[in-house]
Amino acid sequence: MLTYIIRRLIQGVIVLLAVSFICFIIFRYTGDPVLTLAGRYATFQEREEVRRVFGLDKPFYVQYVRFIYNAAQGRFGKSYVSRVPALGLILERLPATVELATSAVFISFCLGVGLGVLVSLKPYAMRNRLVMAGSLCGISIPTFLTGILLIMIFAVYLGALPSFGRGETVNIGYWRTGLLTWSGISHLILPAFTLGMYQLAVLLRLTRAGMREVLGEEYIKTAWSKGLPPRKVIFKHALRNALIPVVTMTGLQFGELIAFSIVTETIFQWPGMGNLLLTSIYETDQPVIVTYIMLAALIILTINIVVDILYAVLNPKIRYA
Amino acid sequence: MRKGLFKSKILYDYFHDPSAIAGSFILVVFILLAILAPWIAPQNPYDLEKVSLSDFLNPPIWMEGGKPPFLLGTDDQGRGIFSTILYGCRTSLTVGSGVVLIAGSFGIVMGLLAGYYGGLLDSVTMRMADTFFSFSTTLMAFLLLGLFKQRGVLIVIIAICIADWVRYARTMRGSVLEVKEEAYITAAKATGAGDFRLLIKHLLPNAIPPIFVVMAVDLAVVIMLEATLSFLGVGVPLTEPSLGMMIAIGKNYVYAGKWWLVLFPGSALILLVVGINLFADWLREELNPKIERGR
Repeated sequence: MLTYIIRRLIQGVIVLLAVSFICFIIFRYTGDPVLTLAGRYATFQEREEVRRVFGLDKPFYVQYVRFIYNAAQGRFGKSYVSRVPALGLILERLPATVELATSAVFISFCLGVGLGVLVSLKPYAMRNRLVMAGSLCGISIPTFLTGILLIMIFAVYLGALPSFGRGETVNIGYWRTGLLTWSGISHLILPAFTLGMYQLAVLLRLTRAGMREVLGEEYIKTAWSKGLPPRKVIFKHALRNALIPVVTMTGLQFGELIAFSIVTETIFQWPGMGNLLLTSIYETDQPVIVTYIMLAALIILTINIVVDILYAVLNPKIRYA
Repeated sequence: MRKGLFKSKILYDYFHDPSAIAGSFILVVFILLAILAPWIAPQNPYDLEKVSLSDFLNPPIWMEGGKPPFLLGTDDQGRGIFSTILYGCRTSLTVGSGVVLIAGSFGIVMGLLAGYYGGLLDSVTMRMADTFFSFSTTLMAFLLLGLFKQRGVLIVIIAICIADWVRYARTMRGSVLEVKEEAYITAAKATGAGDFRLLIKHLLPNAIPPIFVVMAVDLAVVIMLEATLSFLGVGVPLTEPSLGMMIAIGKNYVYAGKWWLVLFPGSALILLVVGINLFADWLREELNPKIERGR
């Protein structure tokens, strides 16, 4: 197990290096890196200083090693637009995105798996066919459309929920949270459902398919014939096995989640990382784009490794040497 | 025993599954509408001579203030919503089928080679696939387009292909690994079949069925992705019609109660994707021997 974890970690580092290499190429060969590092409004002396300090006259590989060295310490240069360090700019917006994404995952996992199990027990009952038709719509409506439709129904037509920004927030240390005020939570509802809807439908369908396969297995018949209570057969014997692809999918969808947080944040003017990234792309603010890519890669890889380890814990058939 | 294509099991199942028929019917209608758009549409919304700004934000024809020929109303540039939807479907289906064909072919070839030869090619392709998957097609295509300076339908197709081909490679490889163990492959080898013959005549046709399911699902995914990218402003340029961009424009008028700018292109997009997904669902169950089909 330990060897396996170490191997996964080494793989993760290799991927991070590959991503950083691509970022370095973008960083170094599109636009003037001196300008990038010093900021667009730096004086002549400052630029010379940067050129000397960062060794931009040195050979390619020396520069790459320096880039990695700086990146490892979180130095990606200053934003062209706001002239503050790019990493700080992004980290400041991290809590908003994390709160949105975790709420969305929570909603989609609980509702998706719960409904999936219910539907799998009587796949041809009328109400379960309706749930499946709903899930088909769920995977057929792109996230941005879900968001606008929810705004049209709940914000414009019913006027029940806010559709703009994060509401009142409270600072706990560096973490600016919207989960502690009613205003913050009411602002979270629409974006979280928007972001979670697609994944909810995917997980529902996956759970249902998994449960249907597992429920036909011999050991489930054995469990029933032993006279175990339905709760035990369904949750302990069947769901545990059906959950394996679901957990993997939840982990695999994390990149998707980050991508769609960009969409959701744009629609709801949510002050998170995704919103910042889109603005930076419009303004070709490269330090911010590069920092975002590196940070996203780091987060995605970490989640993936955690999911792989969870997978090994959930599935005793897999023993990693 | 039934013989011939028209009495085969797959066609029998197809004609006894209403949702499969409905799904493919919707898809065929959309393809026809997209191809025939110039003849059906009352107006070419991207021909500047045919568009008049004075027609802006007309409601649908059955509402007060609606006027012909704008069946479903107009947008803020005076373009007819109905006509723009028809032209937008063209873009959606072009990008969708373009990606499925290009990324599909490349992925099939890579998966075939990786599964058959194994070794370094296999591990490099699969590590790449893992990485691409964890970043997700959407995020990769979005970031690529964010870095590209040009905009255009072709650029969108290229960006999505770069991010998407691993989906096919991975499925094909898995399928090849299974088929490789079959007795008839050993038999073919024993009769002295070369690598090329083995790959093209034996492995490819026997390993390809799962790819059809991936293609069907992927068509829906890519169409949604194109709409999403255009919605965000990194997809097709302003001068090209796109359902995603129509909805992006309509979003600005949601609070003003101009619902037709969003609801009609949105419904078209959903209907198209639902149609494809219905068909894909049927195909998946049809080709998966593990699930017994009940009625």
